[in-house]
Amino acid sequence: MPEIDVGTPVSQLVDWLTTHLGPFFDAISVVMLALLDGVLYLLTAPHALLMTVIFAALPLLARRWGLALFALVAFLFVQAMGLWVETMETLAVVLVASIIAVLIGVPIGIWAARSRGVSNVVRPLLDFMQTLPVFVYLIPAVFFFGIGVVPGVMATVVFAIPPAVRLTELGIRSVDEEVVEAAHAFGAKPGQILREAQLPLALPSIMAGVNQTIMLALSMVVIAGLVGAAGLGVVVVRGISTLDVGAGFEGGLAVVLIAIYLDRLTGAFAESGGSLRGLMRRRPALLPEATASTPSAIAGPTS
Amino acid sequence: MSHSMAPPDTGPVPIVAHPGRSDRTPAIEVRHLTKIYGQRGGAKGWSRGKGAGATHKPAAKDVEFTVGEGEFFVIMGLSGSGKSTVLRMLNRLVEPTSGEILLDGKDIVEMADPELRAVRNRKINMVFQHFALFPHRTVRENAAYALHVRKEGAAARTERANWALETVGLGEWGDSLPGELSGGMRQRVGLARALASDADILLMDEPFSALDPLIRRDMQELLIKLQAELRRTVVFVTHDLNEAMRLGDRIMIMRQGEVVQLGTATEILESPADDYVREFISDVDRSRVLTAGVVMQPPIAVGRPGDRPSKVLERMNRPGAHAQGAYVLDADSRILGVVEGEAIAGAVHRPDARLEDLARPPLGTIRTETTLSEACTLVGGDCVPLAVLDHEDRLVGVLPRATLLQAIATPAASTLEGDRHHA
Repeated sequence: MPEIDVGTPVSQLVDWLTTHLGPFFDAISVVMLALLDGVLYLLTAPHALLMTVIFAALPLLARRWGLALFALVAFLFVQAMGLWVETMETLAVVLVASIIAVLIGVPIGIWAARSRGVSNVVRPLLDFMQTLPVFVYLIPAVFFFGIGVVPGVMATVVFAIPPAVRLTELGIRSVDEEVVEAAHAFGAKPGQILREAQLPLALPSIMAGVNQTIMLALSMVVIAGLVGAAGLGVVVVRGISTLDVGAGFEGGLAVVLIAIYLDRLTGAFAESGGSLRGLMRRRPALLPEATASTPSAIAGPTS
Repeated sequence: MSHSMAPPDTGPVPIVAHPGRSDRTPAIEVRHLTKIYGQRGGAKGWSRGKGAGATHKPAAKDVEFTVGEGEFFVIMGLSGSGKSTVLRMLNRLVEPTSGEILLDGKDIVEMADPELRAVRNRKINMVFQHFALFPHRTVRENAAYALHVRKEGAAARTERANWALETVGLGEWGDSLPGELSGGMRQRVGLARALASDADILLMDEPFSALDPLIRRDMQELLIKLQAELRRTVVFVTHDLNEAMRLGDRIMIMRQGEVVQLGTATEILESPADDYVREFISDVDRSRVLTAGVVMQPPIAVGRPGDRPSKVLERMNRPGAHAQGAYVLDADSRILGVVEGEAIAGAVHRPDARLEDLARPPLGTIRTETTLSEACTLVGGDCVPLAVLDHEDRLVGVLPRATLLQAIATPAASTLEGDRHHA
């Protein structure tokens, strides 16, 4: 067998990118940091108790009284453990990473749903992103963006994009073909059909994708802590490196609490079709029950 | 016995001379229409080397037909017969491989996308098997969809949608979501959506086959009623020949992408093109399809005022008269009355007896377009066979009980042929 050297060209590529595209990565870094600081400011500027009330009020939009109660208890508990700021930092990272992942993933999912060719190219790429061990791209990310929160966010984005793409594509493809035909039969344009028929009908599936994206992002924060991303990850990593099992557990517990909260919250919105109108009136589900899995099921691949 | 032939001299019988043609102005003309799935870009495709032409059977092969304005045209066949493919090619939801489809003389196959969209929006609408409503839009928004696409104002949309919903009997349901409606009601919305756009042509793809039988019957009646009022050109696909015969002015039977027979319901029942069609029609409730005009016999036992009773008695006893009495007709063949056989026999030796004085009104009469099932209750009640009248009340034939039973009974192929030769 001839020996094939894959490693050398990859290292060379990373070196080349670091030297030649430095300013580009720096610019991304600056924008990301500003974004993260902004979100963190929004989360931490109001008093912690006020934020807790806001978090508890959100589930009420979807009429989830139990979840509201859970949020109240969970966020008060986090404050009691003295991890409020770290938790908000983690939340900021998760929100920014999820938003970027959704903004990239959903359009790609739409594109893949409309073209077999795109779908065939995208699918192995997504497999690659999901199964390549995180550290393999976390380290180059550090080369590009330096130690800190930005490489953590970047790695999180890469890791969290796949479900957004996959569930968007699945959702659009499983829209009743006759309904799409009907829109064609009445002379609607392709863009109009996408906006008025395919996307609204695929919304429960897309929202399930958003839910999964958030969960995956959350499962990455501990690992992001290794490269210096502030938040609960740092608490956990510090706990582990100093063999302080208790401190590590506290950080982990806080992660679990936001995970449950975010999962149930996005799950509730996914079930109601993600639209305010859907929240206002009860009606039969459009698709078979949106897949809202538990955080433990998501944490699987990373742990 | 010639139960299947109307006598030539007894007035007009409603049979179209050319079964493939409609006598109305053509709204849709289809020529050499062929669809082969999986073959793209003609002969240049990749798969050519694999012998694509041989492996892909045409879903529709050289289909030709013309639908007249205001005609109810039914395409009928089993699954895989190509009927849905042909229907979907009419508005190009399925792209034809070759052929022409002329709508008012314009070939839709040649149209560019914007023109095609305009035609779909304004000229040719569709009703789907599983309703295909937009579940996130209200019933009214669904009904107004064509107007929404052509960007009409809210007031016009609402007015038109309300009219359409009113027409299909769903006036109060405009604000509901489709999910809150039963299957039959949802298909009414589907119908309203197609009616609201005011398109001349309505394509219906097995619209009632997903409904349970009672609702299906209701919907068929609604459609017959609407069609009587609105007179749209309808192309209706079904796998149910009873439905086809109930609704269709003409029926095109397809098998494996080819047209097997095209004609009116009675033409198909009376002369099936081949064994395939014959097998199909064995399931048909003939009594609801066949009309008196088609199966009636020449009226033999008749007399005119002034006829000698012995002459009438002689006619009454001829084979095939099926009569214990006779109709008395005026000069225009209108019925003056019925004379019973005994009365005629009694009058034979009374020179002063006049036929018309012995007559009484008949117990019942039917018209040429009366279906046999409707005629059943009247047949055989009188001493004379049931009279069949044309539009001007002239006696054009009679319907003896034996003829009726024979017509309703499913003919085995051989007896049908035998009858023909006998006649």
